[in-house]
Formats: sequence, structure tokens, C-alpha cells
Amino acid sequence: MALLDIRDLHVTFLSTGKEAVRGVDLTVEPGQRLGLVGESGSGKTVTAMALSGLIERWNVDMSGQVLFDGRDLLTCSRDQLRKIQGRDIGVVFQEPMTSLNPLMRVGRQVEEVLKIHTDLSPDERRAKALEAMAQVGLPDPERTYEKYPHQLSGGQRQRAVIASAMVIRPRLLICDEPTTALDVTVQAQILSLLKSFSTDHGVAILLISHDLRVVRRLCERVAVMHRGRIVERGDTDAVFADPQEEYTKRLIAAIPQRKRHG
Amino acid sequence: MKLRHNKNFTAGAAITAVMLLIILVGLVWTPYDPNAMNGAAKRLAPCLTHPLGTDNFGRDILSRVVEGAGATFLIAAATVAIGLAAGLVIGGLTGYYGGWLDEIVMRLNDALAAFPSILLALVLIALMGGGKYNIILALGLLFIPSFARVVRGEVARQKSQDYVALAKLMGAGDMRVLFRHILPNIVPVLLPSVAIGFNNAVLAEASMSYLGVGVQPPDASLGRMLNEAQGYLLTAPWYALSAGAAIILLVLGFGLLSEGMGGDYGAA
Ligand SMILES: Nc1ncnc2c1ncn2[C@@H]1O[C@H](COP(=O)(O)OP(=O)(O)O)[C@@H](O)[C@H]1O
Ligand SMILES: [Mg+2]
Repeated sequence: MALLDIRDLHVTFLSTGKEAVRGVDLTVEPGQRLGLVGESGSGKTVTAMALSGLIERWNVDMSGQVLFDGRDLLTCSRDQLRKIQGRDIGVVFQEPMTSLNPLMRVGRQVEEVLKIHTDLSPDERRAKALEAMAQVGLPDPERTYEKYPHQLSGGQRQRAVIASAMVIRPRLLICDEPTTALDVTVQAQILSLLKSFSTDHGVAILLISHDLRVVRRLCERVAVMHRGRIVERGDTDAVFADPQEEYTKRLIAAIPQRKRHG
Repeated sequence: MKLRHNKNFTAGAAITAVMLLIILVGLVWTPYDPNAMNGAAKRLAPCLTHPLGTDNFGRDILSRVVEGAGATFLIAAATVAIGLAAGLVIGGLTGYYGGWLDEIVMRLNDALAAFPSILLALVLIALMGGGKYNIILALGLLFIPSFARVVRGEVARQKSQDYVALAKLMGAGDMRVLFRHILPNIVPVLLPSVAIGFNNAVLAEASMSYLGVGVQPPDASLGRMLNEAQGYLLTAPWYALSAGAAIILLVLGFGLLSEGMGGDYGAA
């Protein structure tokens, strides 16, 4: 059974009447990395919000199914959803500057998800947090644990965010433009970090990006989104080598030449 | 700009610290028993044995100012505590959940805030009777709307931040999101309001005690002392001046603190 199985998802915002997602089907197998790519405004973030449960249900009209492990996240109760959020599904946003609570120590934020979902003692939580912080490559975890977010660089903050999601080993990690706000070298480091996490622990990743190069680095499969619909999907290499849709061809053509194979 | 705010903050902190120190010392020691009368030493001008002179009953004014400042401070602190605690809960919940409850509570809030609070306080006191505890209760109740408004606005603003969304996506419950994640982040905005509220409370207590509906004799409070002193403005001006100066120093200290924080709380 697929880990995540989205069937004919529609999302319409009641405030504007805009149908941002217009019949999306997607599956992610356990441990698989899927890239959802498309230009800005195509509905990628709304799709991610719908399946992570961030969308306020009173604000939208939704139909279809989002089956996670066979359970429909769109119709389950808030309590059921909360047990899955964080525990089984982790999320990383684009902006590392605003993703961390400015007044909470970094280490506390990394272990927050353990506090919510486990019975571990404070010492055990701390140990796990330090381990996760070391794994994401934060320097001197013991000291970084005590720091506040403003004392970290952008790249370090994004590592901390990833640590805070991965410390509990979720089964699916949703990353919405996780490297867009970072400079190129840090971008590459974060992507390889995500990749090794995924392969080492069998964590599936849904990577959202407007940048095909980022998807190509990380994901074995890709789905191309355009105006709320999936217009093309397949193995990343195959789609790159032989795009079927005009829209996909344009996306590929838009990649700066020198870097296309880099 | 920044320097000016920091100067305000430093000056305010210094004045407040000195006043607090004096009040704290006054809790365990005053030069004389503030209520001890001395028929042989009535209305003495400031001198070595009585630095601020004595009043109509021969009581040491310095001792009474220290005790009165303590009483005024405690009343103001209790008032602010009531307003702040209720304001945090009401503003926190309405700001976080929004919706129709928010609408209703905030309209009520507006209606209350439209009246001068000292007037409402007098009405409440007329209903409940005077005295220290009723003053605290009346002023505390009247302070709730302004704190609730500040808290609500800031909670609503923080609610849409990424870190709050991520906390929810970790499966944190509403109360955890609100109290553990959001509330600490509204403190910087709240502190100036607390200082201003404190000032208003000091002035309100002084006014009401001056009008005779606040602290009752023989207890000292700064407003109560002004009330007593008005009969001796010409014969013992040091009496009114001492109490007035203490009020001004308390208010000035907190006023400067709030100015200093309000403009540049990030640096504080
Ligand atoms: N809260 C909202 N209310 C109304 N419309 C929204 C809201 N969020 C997103 N949209 C609309 O949904 C569409 C898809 O947005 P989004 O999913 O953010 O695109 P992207 O693919 O860049 O992530 C856009 O047209 C956007 O204007
Ligand atoms: Mg987006």
C-alpha cells in the first residue's frame, strides 16, 4: 500500500472563490522521494497544506481523498490528525528565518516534537535532540542547543528545522521550497542532507519546488503541476530526457544552460 | 533615536529601582513608626531628626511617605496583575480563535473603554464601598479591556507566523501553541503597556484615596496623604510636597521605562 495516496483533490478558497487545486492525484511509496514542481502560483503549497492539515477547513471547500497509511486525512478528526502530525508527517518550510520560535532555545525546539508525542524523560529527549543536531551538521550541538535562533545563520537555522522534524523519524517529510531562501552552496548541502536522511532511515520525502534542478538532485520521481493540475509525471530522469508536455519542456528550457547538467 | 530611547529606559530603570529599594526597606524598617503620634512634635519643618518634617499629629512624614508609597505600589501592582491576567486569557483566546466570540468580546471591550475609567471606578466603588481591596478590584476590572486589546492584536499577528504553523504541524494542541509558543513572543509588546497601566493605577489610586474613597485612615497611601495634607498647605507645605514628589517619581520612573521600551523594545 502506498504511504500517501492523494485522489482527485480539489481545494477552493471560499474567500476568493479561487480553485487552487483542481483534481490532483499523487502517490508516494514508503521511502520514496517525489518532487512536485511547477511555477509559482500553480498550487503546490496549497496541496501540501491540504495534506498536512494546515489549511483551516472553514476557509476552503475541499473534496477528494488524502489517504495516509490508508486513513483519509481530510475526514479524520482533529485529534486523530494531531496524532499523525509531527509523529508521522514532518514539515519543513521555505523561510528558515521565520520557521523557528525567536524566543525558544534551539535545542528546545528540536525536542518539541518528542515532548508532544512521546513519554521520554527530559534527559532522553535532550540526548535525542543533540544526536539529531549532530546528524544535520550543526556545529557543537551542546552549545547550539542553548542558543536562540537569531544566533544561527540561515543555513544553520534550516538544519535546525530539519532536525526538529527528523528527530522523531517521521515516515513522510514534506519540504516546501526548503532551499529557495539559501545560497547555492548551502542549498547543495541541505539537499544531500535530506537525501541521506531519506535513504538511511527510509523516510519518504515530498519535495515542493519551482526549481527543476533541486528536484532532480533529490527525487527519483517527479510530478509537474500547472494551474492546479498534474500535467506530467514519471521517473525524474525520464521526464528530463524526454518531456511529453509543452509546459514541462518550457520548464526545462528555462533552466540556465550552464547549470542544467551541473 | 535609539539613544534617546535607551536614555529613557536607563533613567526610568534607575528611578524605579531606587523607589523599589526604598519601598522594600520600608517594609522592614522605617525611621519611626508611621502611625506613632507625638503631641510634642506637631508640624515640625524638615530637620535632622525628621528629614521631611512631621504632620498635624506629629507623625514622621518620611516614614509615612515610605509606607504610603509601598501601599500605593502594592495596590497598583495588584491592579495591573488582575488586568493583565484576565487580559491575557481573554485577549489570548479571542486573538487565537477569532470568529464571532472575538467580535462580541471586542465590541464589549470598546463599549467599556469609551468611559473614562476613573469615572467607572467611582461608580463601582459607590456600589461596593471603598477601602483598599475594593479599589484593587474596581481598578483591576477596569484595566482588563486595554490589556485584552493589546494581547489580542499581538496574538492575532503572531498566529500567522511560520513558527506557529510549524508548531501546529508538529501536532501541538491549541493551548500549547497559544501559551508555550505565542505568549512569550508577545511579552516585548506587552511590557510598555504594563508600565503605562502601572502609572494609570498609581494615579487612579492617588485620586481615589485623595477623594476619600480609597485607602482608609490610619493606613497611609500617597493619595490619602495628599488628602490629609491639603488642610496644611500653608502651615506645613512639606507634607503635600513629599507625598506629591513620591507620586511623581513613581509615575515618572514607569513612564520613562515604557517610553524606552515602546520605541525600541528589540534592543532592551
Ligand atoms: N489563503 C489563500 N486564500 C486565497 N487564495 C489563496 C490562498 N493561498 C493560496 N491561494 C491561491 O492559490 C493559488 C496557488 O498558490 P500556491 O499553492 O501558494 O502556489 P505555489 O505553487 O507557488 O506554492 C494561488 O493563485 C494563490 O493566490
Ligand atoms: Mg509555494
